[in-house]
Amino acid sequence: MIRSICVVLFALLPVCAAADLEIFACEPEWAALATEIGGSHVNTFSATTALQDPHYIQARPSLIAKVRRADLLICSGAQLEIGWLPALLQKANNRKVLPGSNGYMEASAYVVRVDATGNVDRAQGDIHPEGNPHIQTDPRNIAAVARPLGERMMALDPENAAAYASGLADFLRQWHDAIDAWEAKARTLRGAKAITHHKSWVYLERWLGLEEVANLEAIPGLPPTATHLSRLTKQFEEGGADFIIRSPYQDARPSEWLSERTGIRAIVLPLTVGGSEQAQDLFSLYDDILDRLLKARNHE
Amino acid sequence: MRLSVTLAVAVLLLTGAGTAQAQESEIETLRAAVEELRSDYDARIAELERRLAVAEQNARQAKYAAQQSEGLQDGAAAGNAGRAAFNPAIGVIFQGQAWNFSRNPDDYSIQGFPFGGEAGPVDEGLSIGETELILNANVDDKFTAWLTVALALEDGEGVAEVEEAWVETTALPAGLGVKFGRFFSGIGYLNSKHSHSWDFADQPLPYQAFLGDQYLDNGIQARWLAPTDLYMEFGAEILQGSRYPAGGNAHSGFGSYSLFANVGGDVGGDSSWLAGVSYLDNSAIDRPSGDEDDPLVFNGDSKLGSVQFVWKWSPNGNWKQRNLVFQSEFFWRSEDGNYVLPGGAPLIYEVDQTGWYAQAVYQPIPRWRFGGRVDGLSSDDPGALFDNTALTAPSSNPMRYSMMADWSNSEFSRLRLQFTRDEAGPLDDTQWGIQYIHSIGAHGAHAF
Repeated sequence: MIRSICVVLFALLPVCAAADLEIFACEPEWAALATEIGGSHVNTFSATTALQDPHYIQARPSLIAKVRRADLLICSGAQLEIGWLPALLQKANNRKVLPGSNGYMEASAYVVRVDATGNVDRAQGDIHPEGNPHIQTDPRNIAAVARPLGERMMALDPENAAAYASGLADFLRQWHDAIDAWEAKARTLRGAKAITHHKSWVYLERWLGLEEVANLEAIPGLPPTATHLSRLTKQFEEGGADFIIRSPYQDARPSEWLSERTGIRAIVLPLTVGGSEQAQDLFSLYDDILDRLLKARNHE
Repeated sequence: MRLSVTLAVAVLLLTGAGTAQAQESEIETLRAAVEELRSDYDARIAELERRLAVAEQNARQAKYAAQQSEGLQDGAAAGNAGRAAFNPAIGVIFQGQAWNFSRNPDDYSIQGFPFGGEAGPVDEGLSIGETELILNANVDDKFTAWLTVALALEDGEGVAEVEEAWVETTALPAGLGVKFGRFFSGIGYLNSKHSHSWDFADQPLPYQAFLGDQYLDNGIQARWLAPTDLYMEFGAEILQGSRYPAGGNAHSGFGSYSLFANVGGDVGGDSSWLAGVSYLDNSAIDRPSGDEDDPLVFNGDSKLGSVQFVWKWSPNGNWKQRNLVFQSEFFWRSEDGNYVLPGGAPLIYEVDQTGWYAQAVYQPIPRWRFGGRVDGLSSDDPGALFDNTALTAPSSNPMRYSMMADWSNSEFSRLRLQFTRDEAGPLDDTQWGIQYIHSIGAHGAHAF
């Protein structure tokens, strides 16, 4: 009700919006994290869903309107959103969330990125010179981002700083317990061999000790080709991998095709919150990722 | 505090005796004292537990940080170096084509619509069109700047033209933004799109006839975005009026102005839309159009209104796999003034014209897109004075039908095949073209 009044009286909106911190997250995992920390003091919005490839998003009018009203913008960064976020920022006329301001945060700046190569040649495909941006597949990275995110929220909304501080402490306590439980549960996955569609899972592999033996994309970011898939069929016809992993937004055909010919199990893992029926928040996201991996590993 | 309570308890215990009443009150006091002690210790224990938890957390985080950095080269540092590598961002866009016409394109014109500006058919045979060099960067914390230099060959000679050179504010409050310099006007939908992001090799007929392909001029633009969930953008521009459909820098160099408004949003998770209206008011002084060597010259007012609608669809909004874009625009133009025909006296010219196009582009699988477009024009007759001239209304409405297929290996390269049946020119024409659009270096994100 209050919100609809605010919409009608949009000229008075700064007054209405003052009660909450408007947070624009580029990906669902950061929206979920902001909600964990901020609770009812924040309004979070995710620009993308788990069913969309975050590299390729249209700079839609609805997203510009959301950026226009945001107090804090949090994105994976490392050029993941380079194809659309600059267009949103350019059109949104919101100085609070421009790069360099307190309201602009790139999560990947707070973790150690894998495969940061500096300059790249585009002949290598869709390589990110600042490192692999899919950092959310390692829960320790979520913890590393939580603290600076909480600090931004405290700085931007000092009135609720105490609530953010206790929200952050509560979350981290639960999160570290959860990580311990996940690590114990995932011990049997150590050394398992994975074929992945795209290089989306390098952080998960490092965390759990999985070995990435091949990618379905011959060149990162370009669709898998028939020649590359038949090469993989030969390479893995005697087995040699435990699963073929893809994300919900990736084409199912290449991994199913390879699975049929090699007998290696093809599985879909939620890359972020909302990527499966079970993955409804950050905790259930990793629960589900591990469940699916363990099931495939144990041939259930 | 704690000491005094303890002492009180001890004293009470030692003195012991007294009346029954005194004993009652003693018990009360003792109970209160014990409660106080208990709650005090509960608080202290809770505080110690909290500190323990924080210490554990810090230890674990330190452990994870150590694990993470194990075996990694200085990844973060390398990333930062990459970010700082180029300032300003530099990009180059290569475009070229090969076209075949069934009629000679040198004789191409549309009756009643003498072309101005850059409008007209592309070159016949092999050509490279414009190569664009783009530089952009933030100037400081309050301004950002953009430069596009178009490099072209005209009659075998290389020419460099400043296509865009603008500065835009980044720090204005309340959703305001101001752009100044040389830029593509914000009117219409396609007007501000760079040619490398067009879905067809050429502009639709109303853009060619009414805007000289694209209205580009020097001036100031102000935009305001409403703070609503429904996207609402309002803009206004004052422009020099140096280029078609204006001309001659009328009103002491404040020759044109424009107004535009756009609204847009999403429908479910699959679709999004943008709709807009715009108005461009030009004054023209000795504005040439038609044949370059023997131009028609217009003096007077040229007013252009337009409405536009764009619909984009992709299952779950997952653009890379499959998508469909439909767009359409409708233009009204009213010109009021006089035309000087080659070797003649000025003739009063008051004509209303319309133009429109509709197109759909479908990407069924990654990399491949297929599109169709229909575009057309219509015009009032300027009167008997203009009989047998290029300005008299066409006997039937000029129309074109185009189809295209393109293949993009990555978002940086595109090859396109286009077929156009042109029933707008003097004789029906069948046109075939192939085109490439490639870019290297920094490439700005594309607007909706």
